[in-house]
Amino acid sequence: MTTTAVKKEGPAPVAPAPTVGNHIRDYVSRVRGGDIGALPAVLGLVVLCTVFAVMRPSFLTAGNFANLFTQGAAVTLIAMGLVFVLLLGEIDLSAGFASGVCAAILANVATVLGYPWYVAVLAAIATGVVIGTTLGVLVAKIGIPSFVVTLAGFLAFQGIVLMLMDDGANISIRDQTLVAIANRNLPPVLGWSLAAAAVAGYAAVQLLRYRNRAARGLLTDPITVVAARIGALALILGVAVYILNLERSRNVLFTSLKGVPIVVPIIAILLVLWTFVLQRTSYGRHVYAVGGNSEAARRAGINVDRIRISVFVICSSMAAVGGIVAASRANSVDPNTGGSNVLLYAVGAAVIGGTSLFGGKGRVLDAVLGGAVVAVIDNGMGLMGYSSGVKYVVTGVVLLLAASVDALSRRRSAAAGTR
Amino acid sequence: MSATPLLELRGIDKSFGPVQVLRDVAFTAHPGEVTALVGDNGAGKSTLVKCISGIHPTDDGEFLFEGRPVSINSPRDAAALGIEVVYQDLALCDNLDIVQNMFLGREKRSGLVLDEPTMEQMAAETLAGLSVRTVKSLRQHVSSLSGGQRQTVAIAKAVLWNSKLVILDEPTAALGVAQTAQVLELVRRLADKGLAVVLISHNMNDVFAVSDRIAALYLGQMVAQVRTTDITHSQVVELITAGRSGNLGLVEAGAGSAGTATGSTDTTSGAVR
Repeated sequence: MTTTAVKKEGPAPVAPAPTVGNHIRDYVSRVRGGDIGALPAVLGLVVLCTVFAVMRPSFLTAGNFANLFTQGAAVTLIAMGLVFVLLLGEIDLSAGFASGVCAAILANVATVLGYPWYVAVLAAIATGVVIGTTLGVLVAKIGIPSFVVTLAGFLAFQGIVLMLMDDGANISIRDQTLVAIANRNLPPVLGWSLAAAAVAGYAAVQLLRYRNRAARGLLTDPITVVAARIGALALILGVAVYILNLERSRNVLFTSLKGVPIVVPIIAILLVLWTFVLQRTSYGRHVYAVGGNSEAARRAGINVDRIRISVFVICSSMAAVGGIVAASRANSVDPNTGGSNVLLYAVGAAVIGGTSLFGGKGRVLDAVLGGAVVAVIDNGMGLMGYSSGVKYVVTGVVLLLAASVDALSRRRSAAAGTR
Repeated sequence: MSATPLLELRGIDKSFGPVQVLRDVAFTAHPGEVTALVGDNGAGKSTLVKCISGIHPTDDGEFLFEGRPVSINSPRDAAALGIEVVYQDLALCDNLDIVQNMFLGREKRSGLVLDEPTMEQMAAETLAGLSVRTVKSLRQHVSSLSGGQRQTVAIAKAVLWNSKLVILDEPTAALGVAQTAQVLELVRRLADKGLAVVLISHNMNDVFAVSDRIAALYLGQMVAQVRTTDITHSQVVELITAGRSGNLGLVEAGAGSAGTATGSTDTTSGAVR
């Protein structure tokens, strides 16, 4: 079907008619030109899942599928914040321990001081905002390279976690709401309704945009492609919710375990929120502009320093959310929360997903896709009985692969003249 | 030609520390005309442009815009008056598309959300109004455009805002022959639409091809501002290199027609930039 949308004699420069064939050709030529986006992450995910499913059938069970989400949640959330920092070509090495500090604050406020859960959550996120503002001001106003500032933060926050933990004793989380975040599931019906709402919302946004553009005589994506996108989302969400709603309990008489883990809608909502901010607001546009050419942004009247500070605030606040989820999952906070591999997994997730380390290119969705890859590697290799030593090496190699794909695609697009 | 110039500068002085870069510079730009601003490296062309666009404050002198005295203290003031500058390095973001670049920093919104369809339409109309037919799609990333197309986008960005004065800093410096012709045609069309255009250029062929007036700076002094038809190629070169030519230029040779220098002919301590 070739849908030639109602194209009035608009002033828009003449472009090929929006047919499905053209759309696919455009995409292929973009990929060949080095603009590969999330393709490596999606392919990697498929390959990894196939390999693990063949080697260890238990990888494919509903229980393990649910585990993947709760295991990858904290890293994914931190990676979502890191995308903003990476978009400016900066880095935040302190995000891992920033999440640790925020988790420690959460535990202290909720367990030691005994405040209700929402006070603790607010305190944790406020801590993230303060950390982010401090880092951002040091980078933007004083002009210290972000690598150094956040490396200092990496060390200092590690110390702060220790101090908040009374030198090493861990604090358990007893508040049931906080524990539920990463350990409880939505009732199956609610899972289905949320999925339906998400698909309906996405369809509404896509179709409205299509109609709006077509009515003004602007070039649109073919309606077939729009419908295919909506269908794909419905399919993915439908399958995921169906599997997560299967009974996962070993002994149904003893306890029933089914439904979408509560962290999943939390990640989904934050994904939609930050995607909206980046793609549809002028703030997001300015973030891309500063990442692409900060001098051009400055001359366009954009307050570059303010953008620079704000991305660190977003990053550390998302680290706080990640810390809350990590604390919930472990039922406790210890001096190593947010430590060891958390930061590198998070940076890896963003880069594997397709966010460029050179700035100017990346989406929040990258963090989720990359987070899934990292979680699958971690989970699958665990199932195959490899030691954590091997897991680190493999994750390191995957990160290196992703970074070289990034660098090579950049070179390729420079050669193709698309950058 | 129109009686009142769109922009008139009188007695502009500008020093950076001990170095006086502009001395008593007078300059006018008329609507519907291309004024070429010429001068050797370090004559003060860029400084003059930066003073007009509000990046550098002037030490002394008067700004008249449409006959009214104004003060320009920041790029925002200049933009509010309708003065737009297209810099040599274009200041485009490679990772954004044409529409996004044209509206950068001044995005149209409906509520909180960017109003993409309106922006795309306005961009298309502006480009069509400039008879630009060379870009394939408005949603192309700027990184995929040729040098001439980038220049076109930068110029279109400058005229998008109903600007009255467009200053172009060496728009053809990095372009090939065909693209130079394209851009010069565009420059001419801007003036024909009634805008005042100031064209900074080193290339005498370009200057004579499109300009209506030529203003020559020599070591920080405006030595002549004359109609292009009243001057020859070699006279302009003399003005640029020696500061005077026949009865034009610095007062040593008698009364200059446009350049009334401060009287001092000691120009060796003049501008460095």
